[in-house]
Amino acid sequence: MTSIDDDRKCMKPLLTINNLVTSFHSQEQTVRAVDGLDVSVRQGETLGLVGESGCGKSVTALSVLRLLRCPPAEIRGSIVFNGRNLLDLSREEMRRLRGDALSMVFQEPMTSLNPVLTIDDQLTEGIRLHRGASRAKAREMALEFLDMVRIPDARNRIREYPHALSGGMRQRVMIAMALSCHPELLFADEPTTALDVTIQAQILELLAQLKDELGTSVVMITHDLGVIAEMASRVVVMYAGRVVEEAPVRDLFKDPRHPYTRGLLGSIPVLGRRKSQKDRKLQEIPGIVPDLKNLPSGCRFHPRCPQKMDVCERQDPAMIRLGEFRAVTCWLEAEV
Amino acid sequence: MFASDSPLSLAWKRLKRNKAALLGGTIIIFFLLIALLAPVIYPEDPSRPDLMHSLELPSWQNPLGTDQLGRSILGRIIYGSRPSLLIAIGVTLFGLSIGVPIGLISGYFGGRVDFVIQRINDILLAFPGFLLALALVAVLGVGLNNTVISIGISMVPLYIRLVRGCTLSVKENVFVEAAHSVGTPNRVILYRHILPNVMVPIIVQTSLGMGMAILFAAGLGFLGLGVQPPTPEWGTMLGSGRDYIYAAPHVATFPGIAIFLAVFGFNLMGDGLRDALDPRFSI
Repeated sequence: MTSIDDDRKCMKPLLTINNLVTSFHSQEQTVRAVDGLDVSVRQGETLGLVGESGCGKSVTALSVLRLLRCPPAEIRGSIVFNGRNLLDLSREEMRRLRGDALSMVFQEPMTSLNPVLTIDDQLTEGIRLHRGASRAKAREMALEFLDMVRIPDARNRIREYPHALSGGMRQRVMIAMALSCHPELLFADEPTTALDVTIQAQILELLAQLKDELGTSVVMITHDLGVIAEMASRVVVMYAGRVVEEAPVRDLFKDPRHPYTRGLLGSIPVLGRRKSQKDRKLQEIPGIVPDLKNLPSGCRFHPRCPQKMDVCERQDPAMIRLGEFRAVTCWLEAEV
Repeated sequence: MFASDSPLSLAWKRLKRNKAALLGGTIIIFFLLIALLAPVIYPEDPSRPDLMHSLELPSWQNPLGTDQLGRSILGRIIYGSRPSLLIAIGVTLFGLSIGVPIGLISGYFGGRVDFVIQRINDILLAFPGFLLALALVAVLGVGLNNTVISIGISMVPLYIRLVRGCTLSVKENVFVEAAHSVGTPNRVILYRHILPNVMVPIIVQTSLGMGMAILFAAGLGFLGLGVQPPTPEWGTMLGSGRDYIYAAPHVATFPGIAIFLAVFGFNLMGDGLRDALDPRFSI
């Protein structure tokens, strides 16, 4: 794949999510974990999805793959992938798509492998299902992938059970599993959160490299802006089920527009900052993420916002486009 | 037999260190051998009456004495192991083959399917197991097959409840979600990902259930509703020995010991298997 090709393809949206609402019903109430989300992923790009715990990042990924049990969950809106609305597909059509064109890497490598099956059993499952390959053929392909995710001594390792592998190794296996059918879109849900820092860097590098080799688009879900800076080309910041800011990664770090994004950036510890900068204290965003069952009126961020205005309490801000790739949902921008 | 570090080989190593389980295993193998080799060990017909020698005390000729019809109690215990073990195995296979799939489906799919299955199961569980078996024998009639079916049906709810409960917890694991995320169909997830993870309690319950089935079968035999005479069966022997409990206590005692030993063996084995297969639960 050449870079010219990549650039041209980059413009075409692979996945377009429009007004996605994912709600969970219980007997007493309905909670909207994702509330009117608009996001698109272009071919070949890495989109970062950032936000605190409980802001709806993972639910977004699970909604796209339709891995949520419905009911109690209910997914509305449209999720167009390769020209087809995933919400219109039958369960069987959706199942065939998962692991083939769409796949996912989970947060917990320690629990995402079945302890009673060998790596071989688990890695070949998708290949055999989607490619109809024989056991032996699938095994050859699986070995190739283990080499690709740089698991040493793959031929012996493939016969082992998950407990014999370290967290980093297991995550490599999970990545191999997710990529085994060359998906067009990969959701990586905090793939490095549970790992040691040194292993994190290796896994991120591996993901970036495989993404280029296979031409896969990646949606990187994380709360770690360091990961975003390293991996993503474009970033979507979520807060309480909504998009608050969308920007190319450089612009986001250089010129964050939403107070929440600024808060997030301000709360990253920087080594050696004390001496060189005036603001010595590490900033925090006061308060906690609002309870989805009991959302504040108006802008969802206003109780924690340092630049709160009167209008913020009364009315929900609309998303304002600031250019082709930039958008922000904040009254501050509306005033200008 | 297995790969050196497979979960099964580790469990086997732990089982070998457990003395109680080894004793249980020895007792089970002992009874299995007796049942298989009965004609070799005791070539005479255990059902042929010899009224001249009725109710004799243990002697060299009849090591465990004779019953009211003069038949050797040793011989009848040896041959009686056959229906007892056959019933235990039959009942367990019956319970497993119906209870495990239903339990898996009920726990995995949940919702209305689960609700209906569980309400029916609640009704079955509301009866004491033995009473249910007794009522079923009353409906179906006596005999080996009907004994297996009635005890089997009374055991099914236990397997359903056990497997459903385990499935409910196993299906919440990330690896099940991961299997979904590569497009694995439900039936494959059920038998490849969930079933092996609920195998441990099933295996343990199987061993304990074998002991329970022997006890149930003996109970039915004792009431005259199990395997019919003249076929020797431990419970039936116990029941007919009851009439002579003061004059000739050995007639009821020895079959009772046989029942006790067999159940004891399966229970020890069940406990040992639990400790070996799931070290988290060992005390």
